[in-house]
Amino acid sequence: MLAYVLRRVFQSALVLLIVGLVAFAMFRFVGDPIDNMLGQERTQADVERLRTELGLDQPFPVQYWRFLEQAVQGNFGLSYRQGRPVSEILVERLPATLELAFVSGLFALAFGIGLGIFTAIRKRGFAANAIMTLSLIGVSLPTFLIGILLIYVFAVELGWLPSFGRGEVVAIGGWTTGFLTESGIKALILPAFTLGLYQMTLIMRLVRTEMLEVLRQDYIRFARARGLRERAINFRHALKNTMVPVITITGLQLGSIIAFAIITETVFQWPGVGLLFINAIQFVDIPVMAAYLMMISVMFVGINLIVDLLYFAIDPRLRVDRSAGKVT
Amino acid sequence: MTETMHSDDRANAAAVLSVRDLVVEIPTRAGTLRPTDGVSYDIRAGEILGVVGESGAGKSMTGNAVIGLLDPPARIAGGEIRLNGERIDNIPRDRLRRLRGDRIGMIFQDPLTSLNPLLTIGEQLTETILEHLPVSQSEALERAVAALEEVGIPAARARINSYPHEFSGGMRQRVVIALALCAEPDLVIADEPTTALDVSVQAQIIALLKRLCRERGVAVMLVTHDMGVIAEAADRVAVMYAGRLVELGPVREVLTRARHPYTAGLMASTPLASLGHARLKQIPGAMPRLNALPAGCPFHPRCERAGERCRENPPPTLAACEGRAACWFPLTPETEESAA
Ligand SMILES: Nc1ncnc2c1ncn2[C@@H]1O[C@H](COP(=O)(O)OP(=O)(O)OP(=O)(O)O)[C@@H](O)[C@H]1O
Ligand code: SF4
Ligand SMILES: [Mg+2]
Repeated sequence: MLAYVLRRVFQSALVLLIVGLVAFAMFRFVGDPIDNMLGQERTQADVERLRTELGLDQPFPVQYWRFLEQAVQGNFGLSYRQGRPVSEILVERLPATLELAFVSGLFALAFGIGLGIFTAIRKRGFAANAIMTLSLIGVSLPTFLIGILLIYVFAVELGWLPSFGRGEVVAIGGWTTGFLTESGIKALILPAFTLGLYQMTLIMRLVRTEMLEVLRQDYIRFARARGLRERAINFRHALKNTMVPVITITGLQLGSIIAFAIITETVFQWPGVGLLFINAIQFVDIPVMAAYLMMISVMFVGINLIVDLLYFAIDPRLRVDRSAGKVT
Repeated sequence: MTETMHSDDRANAAAVLSVRDLVVEIPTRAGTLRPTDGVSYDIRAGEILGVVGESGAGKSMTGNAVIGLLDPPARIAGGEIRLNGERIDNIPRDRLRRLRGDRIGMIFQDPLTSLNPLLTIGEQLTETILEHLPVSQSEALERAVAALEEVGIPAARARINSYPHEFSGGMRQRVVIALALCAEPDLVIADEPTTALDVSVQAQIIALLKRLCRERGVAVMLVTHDMGVIAEAADRVAVMYAGRLVELGPVREVLTRARHPYTAGLMASTPLASLGHARLKQIPGAMPRLNALPAGCPFHPRCERAGERCRENPPPTLAACEGRAACWFPLTPETEESAA
């Protein structure tokens, strides 16, 4: 178990190093940071001074090492565009994205698992078939189209919900939250639904497939033969076994919600890190782009790691137990 | 329904399980199949009925029909199933569910897949006990330990919180038996309980089943391919062919003096030391598929004794003729002698 955890941590670190290299390469080779930071009226002396200040005169490995050193401390330098520390900008924008991802993740999980179970148990029912058909549409429509449709119906035609922004937010310490105001919550609904819909349909289809597979197993038949109630069979015996494979994929899906947020944030002008990234691309604001990349990959790798460990917690067969040998 | 007292109704009074003219149908696009067709038999308390027949003969279908676990679209299309005299083939689903595990226990073939891998054996035992018996959680746990001890799990109390994968195949099958018996059923259906086990363990499991049957007076339906198991454990044997019961009788009689030509062929093709066969003889041909049954006796294309009558009319069922073999021209002790 310990060896496994160590191996996974090592793999994670390796992935992060590689992403770091990509991010750093962007820094170094895409555009000229000096060009970006100094205006038209510049002297050669200015250029030289900035070059030394930014460490751009150092050899490549040294620069990479220093980049990593700084990155680990959360320091990605100054935004070319805003001239402020990137970490400061990110921290400002992060709550918006995290709250959006949290709500849509919760929505995707709750409805994905719930509907997945429902469509598996009532696989021949009308409602289950209707849901499955609808879900096909959900998977095949692109996110931005769903977002625009929702805006058209609920914001433009019905006028029930706002079409952009976060509404009023309340600052608690360094965290700004939209959960505490009515307009904040109203503003969350459409983007959260848009962002979570795709993941929800994926989770639902996965849970359904896995559950149907589990329901065919001998131990389910045996549970029936022991006279257990349908409820116990579905939720105690089948669901738990369904969750083992579902957890892995679901975990990855939730991780990708934060990445997918880029599109949703753009459609709804949601002031999170995704929108920040899109704007950064337009202005070739390399430090912001690099920091965003690093942040997303840390989240991905972290979620992955947690998912793997959860797997251990749920499946006793994976827990190596040396104290108890097999009884023959 | 008017019920008259037949002569065999009195004899059946002691039967735990009584199956009469059972028909199971599977509607398919190519027509309706009958994997079980007009099967009748009784099992008394403390008796083991062995059920044999080649693969696809309808043994499992019959067992599943009794416990009410036919997979749709298969359904009971005729006949009666009585448990202690009470009909159970036409009762509401929920009543049938409560009978399962409580009055009828079932043991499956593969102990590796019969147990839920994510629940401890204690959890699986107590959930079954709590479902059927009016006892407290702690009492259920005590009963679970006792059930494991009874089937011969060493250090049962210490192992109650183990997961199935921590046991070997033979031990797991003991756990499965404990699960099938923990609510003290009157009838146990064991569908090839030893097929998936090591040869060395098979005898132990059969001995265990036999002991539990005798001690508790449980009626056992033991489905198997293994004539050795039949000879060892069964009191009577039922032989199935293409969905029909073709011979039913005491184990010694059927194994050594088969009346039905199919049974005789089955015995001749079985290596069984106690029967002292010099060489093995295979029955020519194969059992017909259910959608291509021949007219008349379904065995006639393979039967040496087949006559004109066999090709035109199916022989009467065992229940109808009150005989031992469903056959127009059964082997009789005399024909055996004349053949010898
Ligand atoms: N869904 C189905 N559709 C069509 N035929 C089926 C279906 N299920 C079972 N059968 C047929 O029913 C027959 C009886 O099957 P059953 O499982 O009872 O055989 P068995 O005697 O238990 O054989 P085995 O020794 O292999 O377990 C078989 O011929 C099988 O092909
Ligand atoms: S009825 Fe005829 S064909 Fe069928 S087993 Fe008897 S002798 Fe053979
Ligand atoms: Mg079978």
